[in-house]
Amino acid sequence: MKLKIALFGIAKEIVGSSSLDLDTPAGQSVTGLMQQLQTQYPALQKLSSLAVAVNSEYATDDYQLQERDEIALIPPVSGG
Amino acid sequence: MHIHLTDQPIDVAAVLASVQDDGAGAVNTFIGTVRNQSTGRRVVRLDYEAYDAMAIRQMEHVAAQALEKWPMLRQVAVTHRKGRLDIGDVAVVVAVSTPHRADSFAACQYIIDTIKQVVPIWKKEEYEDGSVWVAAHP
Repeated sequence: MKLKIALFGIAKEIVGSSSLDLDTPAGQSVTGLMQQLQTQYPALQKLSSLAVAVNSEYATDDYQLQERDEIALIPPVSGG
Repeated sequence: MHIHLTDQPIDVAAVLASVQDDGAGAVNTFIGTVRNQSTGRRVVRLDYEAYDAMAIRQMEHVAAQALEKWPMLRQVAVTHRKGRLDIGDVAVVVAVSTPHRADSFAACQYIIDTIKQVVPIWKKEEYEDGSVWVAAHP
């Protein structure tokens, strides 16, 4: 399936774009997606944390992603 | 609750007014401002980037958690800036009102501390000779 991933902050700089289209197996988990991204962009492994958000909520590691999901990669936040 | 994300200067008085409540004897406010140095480097400005929809949702969650922990909370207001900020600009305002002051201090601190952990907003510090995304690396 094809996923569209929104990127912010340093994750956007690492990938070089504010969004990424990715081919991934159907039913891919959040953990699987993260591994795929970290393999493709090793600099992501050096971040102090990395999370995936689905439809504006933090997603659990075993969540199975769907093509229609709004997916975002969340590098370490630093608001406030 | 009054939750806002804006690319315009924050009207602190308006945020304070939004938590005014006849049942509240205490209003506690936290104002986060942009300082001119960080880890020994001179900061010339900040750029805040936000994942807008999720940032608002997460700020609402944090306010809701505070209302659960402090059921006596009367009003909660959070306004966060995004975009380019200069030294001295207000980046975030948290204001709460409660009947008594102890709860007001505690709830306000909980809200700002939790916002800094979960809300998808990213701060880039711009120096005279470069820039860094804050907290990105261990």
